[in-house]
Amino acid sequence: MMKEKLIGFLQNKWSQVILFTLFVVITSLSLYLSQKSVVAFLLLLASLLILYYMKLKNLTKWIIGGGILFILLPMASSGGPAFQSYMEVATMVGIYVAMALGLNIVVGLAGLLDLGFVAFFAVGAYSYAIFATPQASNFMPFGSYPLGGESFWIFLIIGGICAAIAGVLIGIPVLRVKGDYLAIVTLGFGEIIRIVFNNLDRPVNFTNGAMGISSVTPPSIFGIQLVFPHHFYFVTLVILAFTIFAVLRFEHSKLGRSWKAVRENEIAAQAMGIPLVKTKLLAFALGATFSGMMGVVFAAKQAFIDPTSFTLLESFTILVMVVLGGMGSVPGVILGAALVTILNLQVLTELTNWVNQLTLNGIINVPDALSPAKMQKLIFGLLLVIFALYRPIGLIPAKNKKFDEKKLKTNRLAIDRENTVAIDKDNV
Amino acid sequence: MPILEVTNVTKEFGGLTANKDITLSVQEGSITAVIGPNGAGKTTFFNLVTGVYQPTSGEILVEGKSVVGLKPDEVAKRGISRTFQNIRLFGEMTVIENVLVGMHKHLKTGLLGILLNLPSTRHEEIEAEKEAYRLLEYFDLAELLNEKAKNLSYGAQRKLEIARALATKPKLILLDEPAAGMNPKETKELTDIIKKMGEEFGVSILLIEHDMKLVMEISEHIYVLDHGEKIAEGNPDDIRTNPKVIEAYLGSGAVQLGQRSETNANTTVE
Repeated sequence: MMKEKLIGFLQNKWSQVILFTLFVVITSLSLYLSQKSVVAFLLLLASLLILYYMKLKNLTKWIIGGGILFILLPMASSGGPAFQSYMEVATMVGIYVAMALGLNIVVGLAGLLDLGFVAFFAVGAYSYAIFATPQASNFMPFGSYPLGGESFWIFLIIGGICAAIAGVLIGIPVLRVKGDYLAIVTLGFGEIIRIVFNNLDRPVNFTNGAMGISSVTPPSIFGIQLVFPHHFYFVTLVILAFTIFAVLRFEHSKLGRSWKAVRENEIAAQAMGIPLVKTKLLAFALGATFSGMMGVVFAAKQAFIDPTSFTLLESFTILVMVVLGGMGSVPGVILGAALVTILNLQVLTELTNWVNQLTLNGIINVPDALSPAKMQKLIFGLLLVIFALYRPIGLIPAKNKKFDEKKLKTNRLAIDRENTVAIDKDNV
Repeated sequence: MPILEVTNVTKEFGGLTANKDITLSVQEGSITAVIGPNGAGKTTFFNLVTGVYQPTSGEILVEGKSVVGLKPDEVAKRGISRTFQNIRLFGEMTVIENVLVGMHKHLKTGLLGILLNLPSTRHEEIEAEKEAYRLLEYFDLAELLNEKAKNLSYGAQRKLEIARALATKPKLILLDEPAAGMNPKETKELTDIIKKMGEEFGVSILLIEHDMKLVMEISEHIYVLDHGEKIAEGNPDDIRTNPKVIEAYLGSGAVQLGQRSETNANTTVE
């Protein structure tokens, strides 16, 4: 009896709203009042997950979620000295979520296993870094470099386009092969791009090679220079919002259907009039675009980039996010990316600090080689194996769009020409 | 006027000749069947017509224009659609989405239209959904619209494949063993559907089938393949009594037996 009552209570919309508000208020207050509370910060982020499962209208959820991310989270975490480090973590989460959503188009929707995805991130990052430093004057005959901070906003688009072009260029040779072969070839191309950036300092110095490009001009808007993590937090958030919006639109359009059709059965998809190469290239290019845009943000935020930021491990990390969250599922991929990034940047670092503390105090003696921060690959590997065995569909599995039968039911005779013309008029 | 004209088409896989010198035509608005024992090269022939394989030699004309050298999606745009012997549905997608994929080539909206969800895109999408639903109603699948295609029963999957193929608004539809694996009741239902769908959707039909009852009942013209070669053609009555056909199906002994006992060969084939 008690249990049933409790379940009934939890399923009621208003009790959900009250509990959720309480949860958010408590976590944000404790985040604001405590000097440094990673737990409160993570719990406030987790409120978004709770929000996802609540019985509210989609639009309401988006507004509440946006409110939490745009207003509440920055305000609540601004209370202590750890403000910038929180914002840094949140920014990285945003960057990785957008990248994972891009990869989700390629792997989750179109079913093309891409192990070199970080290459497009690198293309975006370098496109801004080269032009926002004196680097560009090495090969550009006109113009003065570095470009001012305002150019950042244009470069968000240019970086995206460069990445899309790179996606098409890599895609043309790569998409001739399928399945396992595709994975190996993309892996190769991912490495090629990194090594090209590594060696492109001779004969003309494009990328400054392994030394990397430093002191990238910070972006500016209305005369304000964006240098602090909380500045980039808002920039990332806006781009992320655009990414989610675009990805959802794509998924539920004829484009998303053609990707899924190609994933499910290439021969049948082709027989239905879907051009294979074009459809796959579009998946590559659009997925790369979001990654390239975030590359630009990354270059501006770090103010320094070198080829070591774009290794194979990064590609795998993004893939783990997609697989863990649920291939083809937008909410799943967002959750997966957030979890993996937080695990990397917060949980493992905190654990390492804690272990170091204990070692310093002489309580236990953990050798440096076993520190949690170094276990990243082991943990990813284990996660992948566990999910492949026990939950291959991911944390939040992909759902198909539900069509409303009532809306589709039409009297066959009533559909005549006049009717269609009338609808046309309404829309114009 | 024939909608499909195939002349002297040969397909070789290395040393194996899968189709040899086949000439065939499908008249507009007709139901034509291709029959033959297993391994006779019927499915290879379908794959040649739809662009999955390219012929080694010969010519394939759709409405008078050659489709040799075109990719399957380009052949589909010329108005040819098909189903598959081993069902090839988009299993993880819903029933209605499968049909909507069939409408892909008729949806005109571009990237920008999708991104901005322009009124024209929305309108086109809603109309496509309604049309897909009507197709599902026609095939008695409307109640299953939100089910994943892979969860459907075998017979329903076969019907969905035909619905999906019709969604491309083809001029010619190729059905590769539409009744395979169906029970007699389902086959009966399917026979009726195929019979009337040609007229209602204005589509010519070319089908491969092993169920002789179905073939004899609905086809106007029949081609018989054996070992990659066309051994006979004609209307159902011609085929029933053709000794070459009986030999291909039952061996040469059956022909002699049939002649000796003077029984009607037609019952032997059926």
